Amino acid sequence: MQIKQSSKEYDVIIVGSGAGGGMATKVLSEAGLSVAVVEAGPYYDPANPEQMTQLKPAYHSPRRGAGTTRFFGDYDQAYGGWDIDGEPYSQNDDTDFRWFRSRMLGGRTNHWGRISLRFGPDDFKKKSIDGLGEDWPIGYDDIKPYYDKVDKLIGVFGTKENMYNEPDGFFLPPPKPRLHELFYVNAARKSNVKVMPSRLSVLTKRLNNDRGVCFYCNGCARSCNVYADFSSGSCLIFPAQKSGGQIDLFVNSMVRTVTTNNEGKATGVSFIDKEDNTEYKLKGKVVVLAASACSSARILLNSKSKQHPNGLGNSSDLVGRYLHDSTGGDMMAFIPQLINRKTYNEDGVGGMHVYSPWWLDNKNLDFARGYHIEVWGGLGAPSYGTGFNVNSFNKFFGINKAGGYGNSLRDDMKKYYGSTIGLSGRGESIAQKTNYCEIDPNKVDKYGVPVLRFNYKWTDNEIKQAKHMQDTFEEIIHNMGAIPLWGKPGKEANYGLTKPGQIIHEVGTTRMGSNPKDSVVNEFEQLHDVSNVFVVDAGPFVSQADKNPTWTILALAMRSSEKIIEEFKKQNF
Amino acid sequence: MNRRDSIKTLTFASIGAGLLLEGCYGISREKIKRSLTRYEYGRTPEEKLYDDKLFAEKYFTNYELFTFDKLCNLILPPNEFGNIRDAEVVQLIEFMAKDIPSYKEPLREGLIWIDSESKKRFNNVFVDCEISQQKEILDEIAYYDPNKNIDDYPQPVQWFNLVRNLTMTGYFTSEVGIKELGYKGNSPNIWDGVPQDVLDQYNLEYDKNWLDKFIDQSKRNDIAQWDEKGNLIT
Repeated sequence: MQIKQSSKEYDVIIVGSGAGGGMATKVLSEAGLSVAVVEAGPYYDPANPEQMTQLKPAYHSPRRGAGTTRFFGDYDQAYGGWDIDGEPYSQNDDTDFRWFRSRMLGGRTNHWGRISLRFGPDDFKKKSIDGLGEDWPIGYDDIKPYYDKVDKLIGVFGTKENMYNEPDGFFLPPPKPRLHELFYVNAARKSNVKVMPSRLSVLTKRLNNDRGVCFYCNGCARSCNVYADFSSGSCLIFPAQKSGGQIDLFVNSMVRTVTTNNEGKATGVSFIDKEDNTEYKLKGKVVVLAASACSSARILLNSKSKQHPNGLGNSSDLVGRYLHDSTGGDMMAFIPQLINRKTYNEDGVGGMHVYSPWWLDNKNLDFARGYHIEVWGGLGAPSYGTGFNVNSFNKFFGINKAGGYGNSLRDDMKKYYGSTIGLSGRGESIAQKTNYCEIDPNKVDKYGVPVLRFNYKWTDNEIKQAKHMQDTFEEIIHNMGAIPLWGKPGKEANYGLTKPGQIIHEVGTTRMGSNPKDSVVNEFEQLHDVSNVFVVDAGPFVSQADKNPTWTILALAMRSSEKIIEEFKKQNF
Repeated sequence: MNRRDSIKTLTFASIGAGLLLEGCYGISREKIKRSLTRYEYGRTPEEKLYDDKLFAEKYFTNYELFTFDKLCNLILPPNEFGNIRDAEVVQLIEFMAKDIPSYKEPLREGLIWIDSESKKRFNNVFVDCEISQQKEILDEIAYYDPNKNIDDYPQPVQWFNLVRNLTMTGYFTSEVGIKELGYKGNSPNIWDGVPQDVLDQYNLEYDKNWLDKFIDQSKRNDIAQWDEKGNLIT
């Protein structure tokens, strides 16, 4: 394989363009540093009509939006998925880890749920509370100013609730709940489950003149062409380019390793250009990894040298360890009251308008850590699968006959349309040293780069938490006079606990800490071993909290980027 | 289409789906061409290649497609909103069989079964049976107990369930079907809550403590500003 080298030396090379990489690009380039962004996928702009899927009706797809090419359906804006041709990963023993990758500018921020929750004070100090896992070396007060800045820079709607561990921010006003969400509010409150307006990074109100305001098409997973939701490209990288930053974008460029010199310092990266299958080298004074927790760990582990025989930043032997994903559990139900409902446009934003933060004290429970509840349902856009088993809900009325043919099917279709609700729990798992990704010594991808092998087992804490989710959902569903669509999964099915990785909140592979023996990066996400390499994706997360990781990735990336600027000013690079 | 037309279709079987669509569906050649190239839906170059490959392949014979046309019309007869041809249901079945290859054999085997059943009972292939005869066959495979697993039913019941599912989804994801269903979204609008008459119908109201917190849609275009405590002041 040919290796090409450019003579230019960048101040910073950023690997990956999702939440962390986008934030680093914006902050560092606006400070006047020259930046190379190296992205494994193609250029993507949600406003590009060639790439746009927003506002497309199902019949613009020959498969009516089915998920055969894109897992979450044709219109979901993630190029990649659980399985990418030629880029496999392997599993140890009975591990069944799912690894979702999105190869495109902006990465997974183009399709994510926009749930933008701050970690609370307790979330950084869980070991002090329950003795499990590890405390972060920083606390809420360290990160609060950055959450505030992220709120104002990117925009998030929500309400002030004055809850200690669900800190308030600088919110835009939330949209009103939908009909099924009102059913949820009343039913959850009957069980003393707190319900409040959601906190999503969608612009219900104008934030600045560069971005539009939400027009309620429910298409956030399709990425917004007026930039009214947060995607890293449209809200961080494009504005940084517009404000004159020195940014060179390398797309379709898969980073293989961080290169180092004789002193063991990073000198840049080597990457494979997917267009010509040639390996290139880029020189940089600082390397910022933001390729996603597992991809960044993979790059570090593959960056072996005389100075770093165990992989870069891996003197602790902890790179890849403490991998953990959110727990997940779901229940779906039929609300008989909603049959033959009046139809109207209830699309709203691309996500729920209300949710439940964790509301209980674990002292009274048989598991550690909590979960939040997400709500879905209603008069959704028809797509492939709509109308399947059209009248199987007949069974809820004691009619043990379904199917048939003829125009009565049209009536059945309308009768049951919009009559379901779904509840999803997304919770905190405990990071385990024994859950990890490592390099598979026997396998390379189509670019010749050694691939990851996963080793992951849930513990009793997660399994019992999943059971609690199911019991809670059942009670709430009962309260609203609804009927679950399927039986509660039992012990043999881990009470419906999702597979690790499935919630796509994988974090922890380059954990943060003050002691280089038991952590990979310091509080500024800087490798303990190599001062000019930083990791600004979710790798440094010590614990996951019962929150979605993106807002914390953004705040930490901003904080670390400011540290990089400070060090540049001190001429430390 | 009468018996003679169906024989004509058989004659043309090798010529391609286009002719079938033109002859049997009364759709112009120009329209067919447009329908094959009109799918502009944000594909990556790799996805486009995959779609092109599926479009280039022909799986069902014209006779088989014609049988599906008959079946789909029995499942959802035309009404004032539309019909399965407007909704391009048969085209969807052809496409999905290629897109989800595990559909291929079961879909074809069901067609073979229904013709052999028709010949056995009425000495005719299914499409040439009288409607009452067609319904007599369907009545025996069209129903199931929703408390039971469909996979435990005989093949013809499972097959018809699949054809019904594809027909229903094909119709209700089409332009005419979406309109008939009453889905009104996927278009720019301002969401300002559940309509009052709907709230009244279910005896619901918005939490009074929340009402002041929701977006005031008349101010949605005023640039957001906050005081230092995070209170919105615009």
